[in-house]
Amino acid sequence: MATNAFLDNYLPVAILTVIGIVFVAVSLFMSRMVRPSKKTKEKLSTYECAEVPIGDARIHFNIQYYLIVIVFLIFDVEILFLYPWAVQFKHLGPIGFFEMVIFIEVLVIGLAYAWRKEALDWIQ
Amino acid sequence: MFENAYELIVYIMTALGIYDSIFRVFEVLGIEYVLRIIIVFVEIVVLFAFALVTIMFLTWMERKVVAMVQARYGPMVTGPRGLLQPVMDGVKLIGKEDIIPDKADRWVFTLAPFIIFIPALLVFIPLPFGDSLVISNFKIGLLYIIAVSAISPIAILLAGWASNNKYSLMGAMRAVAQDISYTIPLALAAIAIVMFTGSLSMVDIVTAQGGTWFGVIPKWFIFLQPLGFILFLIASIAEMGRIPFDFQESESELVAGFFTEYSGMKFAMFFLAEYAHLFAVSGIVVTLFLGGWNGPAVPFIPVQITSLVYFLIKTYAVIFFAMWLRDTVPRMRIDQLLGLGWKVMVPVALLNLLVTGLLVTAGVI
Repeated sequence: MATNAFLDNYLPVAILTVIGIVFVAVSLFMSRMVRPSKKTKEKLSTYECAEVPIGDARIHFNIQYYLIVIVFLIFDVEILFLYPWAVQFKHLGPIGFFEMVIFIEVLVIGLAYAWRKEALDWIQ
Repeated sequence: MFENAYELIVYIMTALGIYDSIFRVFEVLGIEYVLRIIIVFVEIVVLFAFALVTIMFLTWMERKVVAMVQARYGPMVTGPRGLLQPVMDGVKLIGKEDIIPDKADRWVFTLAPFIIFIPALLVFIPLPFGDSLVISNFKIGLLYIIAVSAISPIAILLAGWASNNKYSLMGAMRAVAQDISYTIPLALAAIAIVMFTGSLSMVDIVTAQGGTWFGVIPKWFIFLQPLGFILFLIASIAEMGRIPFDFQESESELVAGFFTEYSGMKFAMFFLAEYAHLFAVSGIVVTLFLGGWNGPAVPFIPVQITSLVYFLIKTYAVIFFAMWLRDTVPRMRIDQLLGLGWKVMVPVALLNLLVTGLLVTAGVI
């Protein structure tokens, strides 16, 4: 069989994933063999510091989380662009550097706008 | 010396004169690739055992460090100086009742421990433990590490959502907001390193840090990137969710955060993943900034062994720092946390990148 460098490199990832799944499954199964199981209604109720839980836990949450995710997405994509650029950085020379400065500057203006609009502040 | 641990094993087997005969057997059967799978399997089992022992040792070490700071002994009864305490914890957790609340989503509730535990181990694959002691030397090693560690917030969100508990959901939301906020400065600090090395491979990054300046100062990236090191360290401690950034499980507010409803072995999986992550992140800090496995050569001892020892010493130093921090710094407020992430660390990381780029372009470094 011809050796495939890509496959050879990622073979350990596949094997470790399988071993990990087996390990977790086996330890959960082993615990099922030995542990006690005396379920009562109180035990199975949702924990809320000994109070009876009121309503569902999946309530509306702070809008701030959405804003943070949106700002994160923009920067995450930017980072994705930065990695190949950084690998080739020494071959690109000054032009490559200043091109990236302009690219980041546009994003920094965006960050400054979000900052100004208090998207990054935690408003209660 | 060798590309990865597989080639080292093949070299040792060839030197012992057994590789050729074994290979011939597999060749006759027409399944040469199975031999490779077997060798890699053995490697992974060794790595797995190493990880488990390390996690056990770290839980013991954490208790001892906390105890030392608070002027008490910590675990002392089981085994010499309490060393067997983690084993007893494991035995106890296996025997604990596993409770899935009525209102919880049973499937997702059970799935979350799997999804949090496996990525915590997958991070170890491109991590160079020593000269040629790396499971796989990916060309995109650093990107792989950042990508795989980005899976853990998903598991946290699954756990928090499936529990259907207010504390769990709040803890999970906080954890995800914190994780993604600090991924940005983390990745930006790592980019500055890539600009020096021109490679994402962890082995290349370590090799680039070999040697010394003026024969005294080791060529570690911490000296070229002091700001980047501080950013990376803070961001990785925040990503791990340790004190002073432990909003996901802040005991005084959220009971135990996203794993409030978990018990028994499922809880143990979250616990194991946390310490696996601690070791992995410290190893990454060492690899990127503290010279990885580089260190003075010792005569008569193979470089693979000395480099492993250097790597472990440095990694445990970083781990000790994280534990020390936990004992001495109080928890922040969530607005301070996000403010620090977005208003201080992201601009400083971009500035760091700009200065690094200018200096490299000008040919100073």
